[in-house]
Amino acid sequence: MKRLTEEKTKLVLEKLTKYIGTNVKLLLDRPDGVYCFRERKGRVYYVSEKILSLASMVNPDKLTSIGTCFGKFTKSGKFRLHITALYHLAPYVQHKIWVKPSAEQQFLYGHHISKSGLSRITENTPQYQGVVIFSTNNIPLGFGVTAKSTMDCKYADPMATICFHQADIGEYIRSEDSLI
Amino acid sequence: MGRKAKFNDTTVPSGRGRKAKKQGDPTFPKGILVKEEKELSHRQRQRARKRLLKKQNLNKKLTKLEKTKSNKKEIEDTLTEDNVKNVTKQLKTNKKKKSLKKQLKNNNLSHEDDQMQFNSDSNMSNNEEVMRGEQQKIKKKKLLNSDTKDEIDNYNDIEEYEQNGKMDNEEMNQNEDADSSDSDVDLLPIEKANKKLKKKQEEEQKLAEEEMHDMTLQQFVFTFPTEEELAEVTNLKDIQQRIKDVIMVLSDFKRLRDVNRSRSEYMDLLRNDLCTYYSYNNFLMEKLMQIFPLDELLEFLEASEVQRPMTIRTNTLKTRRRDLAEALINRGVNLDPIGKWTKIGLVIYSSQVPMGATPEYLAGHYILQGASSFLPVMALDPKENEKILDMCAAPGGKSSHIAALMKNTGVIFSNDVNEERIKAVVGNFHRLGIVNSIVCTYDGRKLPSVIKSFDRVLLDAPCTGTGVVSKDPSVKTNKDEVDIQRCCTLQKELLLAAIDCANARSESGGIIVYSTCSILPEENEWVVDHALKKRDVKLIPTGLEFGAEGFTSYRQYRFHPSLKLTKRFYPHVHNMDGFFVAKLKKFSNIVHKNKGAEEETLN
Repeated sequence: MKRLTEEKTKLVLEKLTKYIGTNVKLLLDRPDGVYCFRERKGRVYYVSEKILSLASMVNPDKLTSIGTCFGKFTKSGKFRLHITALYHLAPYVQHKIWVKPSAEQQFLYGHHISKSGLSRITENTPQYQGVVIFSTNNIPLGFGVTAKSTMDCKYADPMATICFHQADIGEYIRSEDSLI
Repeated sequence: MGRKAKFNDTTVPSGRGRKAKKQGDPTFPKGILVKEEKELSHRQRQRARKRLLKKQNLNKKLTKLEKTKSNKKEIEDTLTEDNVKNVTKQLKTNKKKKSLKKQLKNNNLSHEDDQMQFNSDSNMSNNEEVMRGEQQKIKKKKLLNSDTKDEIDNYNDIEEYEQNGKMDNEEMNQNEDADSSDSDVDLLPIEKANKKLKKKQEEEQKLAEEEMHDMTLQQFVFTFPTEEELAEVTNLKDIQQRIKDVIMVLSDFKRLRDVNRSRSEYMDLLRNDLCTYYSYNNFLMEKLMQIFPLDELLEFLEASEVQRPMTIRTNTLKTRRRDLAEALINRGVNLDPIGKWTKIGLVIYSSQVPMGATPEYLAGHYILQGASSFLPVMALDPKENEKILDMCAAPGGKSSHIAALMKNTGVIFSNDVNEERIKAVVGNFHRLGIVNSIVCTYDGRKLPSVIKSFDRVLLDAPCTGTGVVSKDPSVKTNKDEVDIQRCCTLQKELLLAAIDCANARSESGGIIVYSTCSILPEENEWVVDHALKKRDVKLIPTGLEFGAEGFTSYRQYRFHPSLKLTKRFYPHVHNMDGFFVAKLKKFSNIVHKNKGAEEETLN
């Protein structure tokens, strides 16, 4: 359990900013205590300082997880966000996409979202913006990156991809072992 | 379509309108209305009077007949002394009379007379018999009695009787039972019918009783099977029947037993049969037979064959039960609340979609969890901002329940020694949105050396799983004395470690909950009893409203009386997996090492 180096912190925050913009501040200064990022075996955990102090008693070899795992550093040195971060990101996200119930299942199997499955989209979403996908009854389903801006979506072909799939909650089943 | 209102002064005629249709009288189907009994008409009454008079006459004649019978006997006596020829002559004349009467030609008459002469020694009664035979040939059975009586009348010169005899006899045949006694004479026909009916009913009852008796005799007859019978492979139905029979015998042993067989022989037979029928091994079946009375044992075994209903627990961190139920119903799930004892459980009867893959499940709105797994957490009663330890957490159902009850405050330490299974804990925690967790993979027995002073500790100890046979039927065959011994030792060590981890000085807590999914007292009461001796802990009520009390005495073991505060749950009683829950409170951090050592040496 070690602090992130400055470079890595920058990488993580950059990634988070893609989705929640300036709300990253809210993620770090919370009313219920100070939260921080810690790295262990290439994974980044987001955890309250209180819990962190208790976890320090545990032998790092025996420790499997604390708080919430946000993602991992790939071998090429990039930071990849995991679906486990969704719980913290969904409330702060600035651009959202809602999918129709018919397209819900498709997305949960790891497919991109096409125009026909699009129910709603936040106004003024630019192209290649990180978004959180919601179902029609506001259950967060995963992350993605828009393939088209809101304006382009209007005139897009029904089969055209609107949003690229990045992570979805189906991964809890599909790749339980590789999540942590 | 009513009458047009006329507001100018014209008077409106009353009554039904011209076009209104009057409804006819209602008609009822036959049998609904009860017909009143009409009074008898004059003629009918006259006829009834006549009938009564006739009957009285008849009775008078009957009494006369009885008198004549006695006379007849006297005559018979004289006859035997008389010359037989004389008799036959008289008979001949008699028969001629008869044949004339009936206008039948009796061809065999002469022949019969010859016969009569041959049997010169035969007396009157013999003659009568022959006559009867002749009558049968003519096939006029009905007249038989009257004919014999005719003869008698001849002797007695009672002409009157001869005329009415035939008719009388016919009537007598008809009312044989009714006229059997003179007391019946005054009875109305309905009373007679009543009497007849009563007689019939009595007879029927008698028959029924006899049949019942026979049946019970047959039922209770259970013959102890011979060795050969036992050796040969029979079908399961026979074995099932034999199990029932043996249990019946054992339930009333004094009366139904085979005198040459002892109770233990019966028990052995029953155990072997149960082992074959339910495919348990001998050892486990013996243990179960020691725990349950026989009738309950069968229920338990039957209940262990079928799966418990699937239940889910609402994740109160993300949703409410009502919203979840609504969402699931929309997906075609048939569900209901589990019961009054929990506000977050739902039981799933049927589902069109796999319950472990709905978007709601993936979003962490619920977790699949057995109803019995709610109980230890409810007993633990976690409070917000506490430090809680779950020593054997995988796959994280109970841990996540604790975290949900703490509303993501405080800290939950989830420990499990198995690194493979701990992945499920982490996965579930992230899915359910639990952020206050520390997941580690220590051996539970070494935890006190790592971290202490927990407010509450939950120990859902590894066990033989005899309560969850329906989930894992391999338990039936692969458990042995050694396995139980091993489990038991491990459980004792884990419980002592759990008690050591708890902080007695904690303001709100110092609570340890011990639970297993086994029903064997060796793994439950015995372990808790051991901990009571070794540490400064006391049992306190679990706070669960239902469940059977724990054992305070089991075979040769005598446990601490407070063990009745523990709770047992059975599949056949509570429709959940077999479970045991004990709640302990720690009073001081003193470890009774010396005391325990002394006791051990004494033992």
